[in-house]
Amino acid sequence: MEFTCLSEGKGYYFPPCHILDICGFRVLFDCPMDLSSLAIFSPVPTSSNSIAYNRKFSCSSEKYAGLELNEDKRLKIDKPLDANSLIGAEPHYRTVKNLLLWNVSFIDVVLISSPMGMLGLPFLTRNKDFSAKVYATEATARIGQLMMEDLVSMHKEYRQFYGAEESDAPQWMKWDELELLPLELRQIVFGADGTEFGGWMPLYSAADVKACMLKVECLKYAEEACYGGTLIIQAFSSGLEIGSCNWGISGPKASISYISSSVFSSAAAMSFNYQALQRSDVILYSDFSSCNGLDKFDNDDNCSGAAGNNYSNLSSDDVNSEGHDTLLNDEEYLEEMEKLNFICSCSVDCIKAGGSVLIPIARIGITLQLLERFAVNLASENMRVPIFLISSVAEELIAFTNIIPEWLCEQWQDRLYSGQPLFSHVEMLKDGRLYLFPAIHSLKLLKTWQEPCIVFCPHWSLRLGPVVHLLLRWSADQNSLLVMEEGLDANLALLPFKPMAMKVLQCSFVSGIQMQKSHHLLKILQPRHVLFPEILRQHIGPLETVFSFNYYSENKMVHIPYMKDSELDITVELACQLQYTTLKQQDMNISRLKGELMIEHGRYRLHLGNDEQVSSHPRPLVHFGRIDLNNLLTALQKLDMNATLEEVTGAAGSHKASRIHVSEPSKAMIEVIEAQTVISAADENIASVISQAISGVLDCI
Amino acid sequence: MVIECLVLGAGQEVGKSCVVVTINGKRIMFDCGMHMGYLDHRRYPDFSLISKSHDFTRSLSCIIITHFHLDHIGALPYFTQVCGYNGPIYMTYPTKALAPLMLEDYRKVMVDRRGEEEQFSSEHIVECMKKVTAVDLKQTIQVDEDLQIRAYYAGHVLGAAMFYAKVGDAAIVYTGDYNMTPDRHLGAAQIDRLQLDLVITESTYATTYRDSKYVREREFLKAVHKCVASGGKVLIPTFALGRAQELCMLLDDYWERMNLKVPIYFSAGLTIQANMYYKVLINWTSQKVKDTYATRNAFDFKNVLSFDRSLINAPGACVLFATPGMISGGFSLEVFKQWAPCEKNLVTLPGYCVAGTVGHKLMSAKIPTQIRLDEDVQINVRCQIHQLSFSPHTDAKGIMDLVKFLSPKHVILVHGEKPKMVTLKEKIQSELGIQCYLPANSESLCIPTTHHIKAGASDAFVRSCLSPNFKFLKTNSAELDDSHKRTMPLLQVYDDRVSEGILTLQKNQSPKVVNQNEFMEALGVEKHEVKLAHCFRVYIPDSESGDASDCLPSTSRKGSLLHLISEKLCRELPDFDVQDCQEHIQIQSVVVSFCSNEKCPHRTGVSLQSVDKKEVHFCCSWSVADDALAWRIVASIKNLELDT
Repeated sequence: MEFTCLSEGKGYYFPPCHILDICGFRVLFDCPMDLSSLAIFSPVPTSSNSIAYNRKFSCSSEKYAGLELNEDKRLKIDKPLDANSLIGAEPHYRTVKNLLLWNVSFIDVVLISSPMGMLGLPFLTRNKDFSAKVYATEATARIGQLMMEDLVSMHKEYRQFYGAEESDAPQWMKWDELELLPLELRQIVFGADGTEFGGWMPLYSAADVKACMLKVECLKYAEEACYGGTLIIQAFSSGLEIGSCNWGISGPKASISYISSSVFSSAAAMSFNYQALQRSDVILYSDFSSCNGLDKFDNDDNCSGAAGNNYSNLSSDDVNSEGHDTLLNDEEYLEEMEKLNFICSCSVDCIKAGGSVLIPIARIGITLQLLERFAVNLASENMRVPIFLISSVAEELIAFTNIIPEWLCEQWQDRLYSGQPLFSHVEMLKDGRLYLFPAIHSLKLLKTWQEPCIVFCPHWSLRLGPVVHLLLRWSADQNSLLVMEEGLDANLALLPFKPMAMKVLQCSFVSGIQMQKSHHLLKILQPRHVLFPEILRQHIGPLETVFSFNYYSENKMVHIPYMKDSELDITVELACQLQYTTLKQQDMNISRLKGELMIEHGRYRLHLGNDEQVSSHPRPLVHFGRIDLNNLLTALQKLDMNATLEEVTGAAGSHKASRIHVSEPSKAMIEVIEAQTVISAADENIASVISQAISGVLDCI
Repeated sequence: MVIECLVLGAGQEVGKSCVVVTINGKRIMFDCGMHMGYLDHRRYPDFSLISKSHDFTRSLSCIIITHFHLDHIGALPYFTQVCGYNGPIYMTYPTKALAPLMLEDYRKVMVDRRGEEEQFSSEHIVECMKKVTAVDLKQTIQVDEDLQIRAYYAGHVLGAAMFYAKVGDAAIVYTGDYNMTPDRHLGAAQIDRLQLDLVITESTYATTYRDSKYVREREFLKAVHKCVASGGKVLIPTFALGRAQELCMLLDDYWERMNLKVPIYFSAGLTIQANMYYKVLINWTSQKVKDTYATRNAFDFKNVLSFDRSLINAPGACVLFATPGMISGGFSLEVFKQWAPCEKNLVTLPGYCVAGTVGHKLMSAKIPTQIRLDEDVQINVRCQIHQLSFSPHTDAKGIMDLVKFLSPKHVILVHGEKPKMVTLKEKIQSELGIQCYLPANSESLCIPTTHHIKAGASDAFVRSCLSPNFKFLKTNSAELDDSHKRTMPLLQVYDDRVSEGILTLQKNQSPKVVNQNEFMEALGVEKHEVKLAHCFRVYIPDSESGDASDCLPSTSRKGSLLHLISEKLCRELPDFDVQDCQEHIQIQSVVVSFCSNEKCPHRTGVSLQSVDKKEVHFCCSWSVADDALAWRIVASIKNLELDT
């Protein structure tokens, strides 16, 4: 098995991407794209910032004029980063660069773990050499599709503004242009070490998305999909987002668990089903979340020191029960709920002051939870403030959430069982507390619009979609509030909207396994081998473990040894026909085995072959070992043969051969030279008797 | 290894489905139903047969419920809360959501209306449902290390599932109730092709063959339309879930198309609430319903109102859905009492009514008639009766199709009427050649199972098995008659991969399969070749010219002689590949050559120094395996002197 990490990703919105070679098949984990890189582009301007834009636009048109242009650029370098330094062009999107180094046609299977891991998929599937099977859970596929469609529709705004692209390589991508970008932007374009340029692609089309979706095979949680008869692929809930999953892959030689960012007690999605990953041979640990929130490390280290490493004295039962408790404690969940409540109370405060709230968070689970909370909080404050959900796919998304109880967390499933509606947003929609609109300029929205209000809308990069227009509208309003996620470079993201009088609340949500919990987790899972990301090395520390482990880093192939032999099922019909012989030296029974090998559902099975063949072509007997001449003589004498031994020596006196002459009942001679015996006889019967006697003193099969 | 099948209910009858199957030591209870026709102890399965000590939690690995009908789940709260079973229970999401409604409705009917002592309380139902693990279709659940279960779509009612259970190499499918044709709101049953030792299938309609559903739907709509057009009232007694939604979709759609304004009522809040479940669980309905979802949820009925008791005797036409079905009591019986005496009214009956219910009495009755409810109450029935002949159960063709598709080694029929089941059993045995059984209640049955020997296989063995093994066969066109000539190409290529290896068994180790070379290497032994050899003389009479002047046969003569022999062997041994290699002839391992060594060690016969120039020695050697062939060749060459 070979494992290569193509990209470590960057948090929740840009999950990692790996490729694994198992049992002769190549499996790609996720196909994301880095939408945070959109920050280098200037958002499509609206009337309010058109002045700034016009200046810029005139610049770019003068670029062709020559001298003046250079001066302008030099100016740019020296200038600090400001709104004008952003690239004013139709954006390109940064995909996983290392994936381009692989031959698309050699990929056999693509496993999509979350809607975010799907966003780059149309780039892959539109390649005419692409022939892999794509697996994703039903919910991931649907949500991913909606996100891609929304992306395409938001991008349309750029296209309408800039017109059709003139050539493959846009002006901004030319080297001399790129080199003149401010450092901050250059780092995004080229990567931190300046070597990562590449993978910038123009966005796919709606048709690409449609074609891509046709290639996705949808799975339920824990449904067994069988690829090529050899690999059994199963998705198990990871708790990160509705529909997101970890993967179990098992073949005849190995079973592997792929652990993506997982959440033990999720606020919305079905929680991390780690029990299903127990006892697999290899765990590919791909949860980078603990290195994304760097400040958390100190905490984690303290905890793991106390609770992590030394369990060797406890019995495994103790470890397990204690481990389960640690993993499932609801601290994390309560903390998350507190965060959501905090967002709610901040929002309520700001509405009280007359401001509006803008929430460009793309996590569906969080959005649903916030809607629930707003419903309660606003009612208790007796406030009637409209909530708008503005997105080209808002209606589909909300409708979809109403019919997927199977994918939700326990708390929400319990509502179904107790006969309540799953979400209060059904009621809110009916009585006009919540509105869904496809776009900011839709007529209905303009009619119902009222401020202050709460708006959920894309895109979290603050470069696309309704959020751009609303930010421009509210950025100067000190009473309004922008809720955004940590992890995004706020300075750069907010650059086009400066000066910002608007309040900004940056918050982080649980997006993976905490370091100290991962120790417990691995103890419970009992793998034989674990692959960790290199970045986690210092935090994993010296593990006292029963499993072996090593580390991987981007673009370096790691070899994983197979842990066991292939497993083979032998049918009873065949097993009944086996004839065992006992070896003379070792305490071992052996039997020649012949049949038809099939691979069914990830297992090798040996069937009884065609009967005719078995009987008509018996394999020649194979003898092995050395002949003990005395034993042979005794055996021959027992058969009433008159046999004498003659040693033949070579010219130099060296031992050449031994001969046994048989005179009675008829003449025959046996010549034994090292590993070869030749029987010479004129009589068929005596030849056969002698050969049986020889078989008797040798091991044979 | 055997599968033991203990039938606690629905053996040669319909009602209280409950089968306990033991596979390789794991015991699963499929369904835990109650019988609608009995009010005494016979209404529940005889659980004491499972465990004499009544320690059910210990003696069962899990309970699986296929769907929410009372004859499949009715005894569950009793079994868990009263009998004390505390182990895992599995059912699909819709079943878990809808079962409490059914159970609560039933409990109310029993206690409130019939004044019976309750078998289980509302709290029992709630507590019981807490123990249930909900599963999704196709989700593979590892109940414990060895037992694996999986649900498949069964049609029948919302959330109905067939269940697959596997322990080791033995696997079974328990179908529950299923429908092989899609209806208004549900799809047809769907299952993978599985390797099964046993299928336990329902057989409600073991001998019925149904035509298209649309004809029967039209008849139903016509009857209802005719009745309401003449001002009559239509009573549709149904259970709250399933049939009610199907018929309601049908009527709602018809009302829309025909622009009818006659009210359609749902009797209690229950069914309205049930509709909410259908909306949320729309993914469990048919593809067609799902597809229309983007515009409107098909369970948002436009023409449906809720019913009030005061409306029973209100003037004017109406359609009323009332629970329970089969008019076994409750509100539907109350309304029936009022409406039955009027000829204008219409009562629809489901295709199947349990014996003992009013519905069952009506089915066989001729209108007008009188039906005696109890000692004092007797109802004059003059209304029209329409029997709904579409049922959510599969017909005989569907059963046969499913059994044929799954091709299990054995079939057990349950949930049917004995005479019909016997007919179906014979059909399955004669047409599909599959052993079929129909055990009665409390009977136990043993069925042998598949078992595989597990062994480790070395890479080299697997690789050698997977490498192609091409054989090219030339077909002799002369041997073939005309009809074959066209179809058979002259050259045929076979790829018969034969897997050969060596199985080794060592104490305290699992069996292992390796290929021969690996085996020798592992043992550290060499192959020992055992060969046989024979040198013999043959008199060759001079052929044409008297070229006897040469002391020894010339090389050319030798060559031609060998050639002669090879041709002869070719004729005599047509099945073998005879290779003429100038200096020697090779057939398999047998090598034939001239021998000029006077002291050839393989000459064991009379070693007379030959002077006859017509005498030639042939030396043959071969390995043990080709012994028989070699002696044939020797004989054949010796015959040379006689031939020539």
